[in-house]
Amino acid sequence: MENDRLLDIRDLHVVFDVFGGTLKVLDGVDFTVRSGEKVGLVGETGCGKTTTMKAVLRVLPMPPARVTGGEILFKGRDILQMTSRELGQVRGEGMAMIFQDPTAALNPVFTIGKQLEAAVKYSASGDKRLSGKEIRQRAVEALKEVALPDPERLLKNYPFQLSGGMRQRVCIAMAVAGDRELIIADEPGTSLDVSIQDQILRLLRRLAEEINTSVILITHTLGVVREIADRVYVMYAGNMVEMAPTKELFSRPLHPYTVGLMAAVPKLTGGGIADGIPGRIPDYLNPPVGCRFHPRCERAMPVCRTDKPRFVKVSEDHEVACFLYSQEEEGT
Amino acid sequence: MGFASFLGRRAVHSVFVLLGLSILIFIIARIMPGDPARMAVGARAPQWVVDNLREQMHLNDPLYVQYVYWLRDAMRGDFGISLVTRRPVADDIREFFPATLELALFAGIINGAGGIILGAVSAWQKDKWVDNVVRIVSYLGVVTPSFVFAILFLLLFGMALDWMPTMGRLSADISKPPLITGLLTVDSLLAGDFRAFFDALWHLILPGVALALGGMSQEARITRSTMSDNLTKDYIAAERSLGIPGSVIMRSFLLKPSLIPTVSILGLDFAATLGNAFLVELIFVWPGLSRYGINAMLRKDLNAISAVILVLGVVFIITNIAVDIVVARLDPRIQLGAGRSE
Amino acid sequence: MVSAKVLGSAQRSENLRRSWYKFSRNRLSLIGLFTVSLVVFLAVFAPVVAPYPQHASAFVDFENASRPPCRTYPFGTDVVGRDIMSRIFFGFRFSLMMGVVVLSLVVPPGVILGLVAGYYQGTWVDTVIMRTTDIFLAVPPLVLALAIASVLTPNLFNAMLAVSLMWWPWYCRLVYGLASTLRHEFFVASAETIGASRFHILFREILPNCISPIFTKMSLDMGWVILIGSSLSFVGLGVQPPRPGLGTMVADGSKYLPDQWWIAVFPALAIVLVVLGFNLLGDGLRDMLGAEEV
Repeated sequence: MENDRLLDIRDLHVVFDVFGGTLKVLDGVDFTVRSGEKVGLVGETGCGKTTTMKAVLRVLPMPPARVTGGEILFKGRDILQMTSRELGQVRGEGMAMIFQDPTAALNPVFTIGKQLEAAVKYSASGDKRLSGKEIRQRAVEALKEVALPDPERLLKNYPFQLSGGMRQRVCIAMAVAGDRELIIADEPGTSLDVSIQDQILRLLRRLAEEINTSVILITHTLGVVREIADRVYVMYAGNMVEMAPTKELFSRPLHPYTVGLMAAVPKLTGGGIADGIPGRIPDYLNPPVGCRFHPRCERAMPVCRTDKPRFVKVSEDHEVACFLYSQEEEGT
Repeated sequence: MGFASFLGRRAVHSVFVLLGLSILIFIIARIMPGDPARMAVGARAPQWVVDNLREQMHLNDPLYVQYVYWLRDAMRGDFGISLVTRRPVADDIREFFPATLELALFAGIINGAGGIILGAVSAWQKDKWVDNVVRIVSYLGVVTPSFVFAILFLLLFGMALDWMPTMGRLSADISKPPLITGLLTVDSLLAGDFRAFFDALWHLILPGVALALGGMSQEARITRSTMSDNLTKDYIAAERSLGIPGSVIMRSFLLKPSLIPTVSILGLDFAATLGNAFLVELIFVWPGLSRYGINAMLRKDLNAISAVILVLGVVFIITNIAVDIVVARLDPRIQLGAGRSE
Repeated sequence: MVSAKVLGSAQRSENLRRSWYKFSRNRLSLIGLFTVSLVVFLAVFAPVVAPYPQHASAFVDFENASRPPCRTYPFGTDVVGRDIMSRIFFGFRFSLMMGVVVLSLVVPPGVILGLVAGYYQGTWVDTVIMRTTDIFLAVPPLVLALAIASVLTPNLFNAMLAVSLMWWPWYCRLVYGLASTLRHEFFVASAETIGASRFHILFREILPNCISPIFTKMSLDMGWVILIGSSLSFVGLGVQPPRPGLGTMVADGSKYLPDQWWIAVFPALAIVLVVLGFNLLGDGLRDMLGAEEV
């Protein structure tokens, strides 16, 4: 059980130093991904999903960000302790991230070819000293993989010559190009219009089925998670609040926040879930003491205002961080 | 195609700017109180000489007619006679311009190369001691007038330490290389005369560096800020996340987009260099166009002033076109005619 | 760029506090503020704080000529025995005057032309104004200023005039860039829809949103104007002797290098100090006001 963990984040704390104090953004995040597993990470905009993943890749801007605690184990080694050389190797062989905004994620002054070939060259399959021709061949294959027409010509194009959807596909191609072990997809397509977004998600779903890479899919759209993920984490204000296999989560949501999310599903088209659950994500400067969700929770109890709930197993693979269930468990 | 039409538009625009500049120069030359003809012949010349000259210089015609005559002559390369040297201004320019060009080019090279290297090192070592030193030095470089640098260099390296020559382009005991381009370093190399080459280079260093420091500091600051700004961009995070080594990202992915603002500003810096050359040439007794120009200005030699400004205007415009071409080479969005809107 | 006209006093003091935090976070900005305050103080109270105020004009004391820096003359004396430090304090006056006068001559027309050209972007008004700035920007600024100053009678006023004539296009450019983006903003469109006058739109809607960059540029430009003014003085086209222009003093002193180095070096350092101060201050303001356009 422990051994097949590809990525294991334990009690990760990240803060941002800003005017007037310190934003306590990640407050003890626990998160695991097994090899070959597709994991969904759901939560409102601003709940710390992207921060968590940037911390995994160690691409958080520091300063202002600071890791104040916890560890991020990738195949058992702590990424936070690695030298930049080891890190480069882990990143290249191990993982890739698909960023939210494809326009920002592509270097504006280089051709698609140059960028894609670099992605291939420094990937897991790339360190066997591929020839330029082979690298090129793989780049072309990667573009075919993401269903882009005329890949040979595309390699000579610059990002600004492509549409938003094509750019997103190129980003995905860069991530899938080198047989990496973990792909982190951060709300791909959200900056594009809805129909293109849909195409991108369908592409992702197909790729997720075809390859046996582990995938972390960050999104605030539950429907997408349902189609792609094996297991889902729900995140709220810098904490993981619930984790369960996808089917179970949808049939038996436990955490009041998850329940609220589910109720909000029909309204979930881009606008977030603010109208599903009253209130807003709390201020990270002075986050609520105890459970960070308690000010918005209908079922808050006195203990929620004082103590921080820990993840508790409620069944084989279903964990929730809520006193409603920890008390139950203590009772039995 | 997009690039060709871009260049074409740029060239047409330059012609209009030059035309406008000629009008501006003409106006400046005519706001001076006093009679240009009287000034040309001196206070003691009889009135009939002045009258004749007025007729000859078309000074009795309306201003716009005078302008057309002036422009016609200028386009033929005829700027009249210099009151200072008593020779045709065009001949003076031909003689003095190469010295200024050589100095400005030398300064420009130090300025561009030095600025980019310092800025890149500074950005790469951000917040480390190297960065702090570069930042402080470049700040001082930006705010110190080049004539102050010139005087300090003269004092320190020229006089106190006596390491470097402090005047002119060549030592007295070295014969000038045959005139080809007028740039002594180039001409001596062409002639295979290395002694003259090193001597000319040696003479270039103090005025060249004094002239370059301001622009170099400016370039270093801009390079540093663009680069450290670009370092936080998503595409760099994406490239990092793909496992591309830091040094490769720096060299192959960060430098090119970060140089665009630096190169764009080089044109302006070159203008500042040409302007500051007026003071630096004076201090180092550099026999260039700028020293000629400043002497013309101090003696109100209008023909020479007009010509010098016009020549510098042309040089500046050519520089800017060159800068535009380099920027377009760096930024495919311009080269391929997509504009900068994205 | 929020144009919030109604701010509670609590909100305002919060904003002030926040601005001050941003400004003071960078120690260099504070040094800049201090330097500028010091220079202004010395200039304003020069007759009181200068040890020998009478040395600021024509004054001769051959007994004490060419004294190196010592206790009575901290920066030494020049070849006719005048205290360099006192002359520098008075020199600050001319420098600051140069900066203030040039900016007040330059900013209003530059800003107005930029606003108009930006608002009427794409029309002939835009073309005429902006092409004119191109012409002025086609010559190295110092050269043009030297040329204008030289054909006029050389004195401080004409030097200011010359610098002003070549400086306005920069403000025009800056505001043009801002205005041409701002005119597409909703608040401009809505003002147009309700029939606000052109004047109202230009000066009450667009201009207030350009203030931060203009302000920042003015602070930086104080330094640059003083620098270019000292260059004019250096060649004898600015402050005329016996008045103590900093550039004039450097030029005079450079004749006595290297033996009497202090005559040129201290005024030169004074120029660097002023320009540095305004630059640090301007950079601090830019960070504080978020005016990256400058």
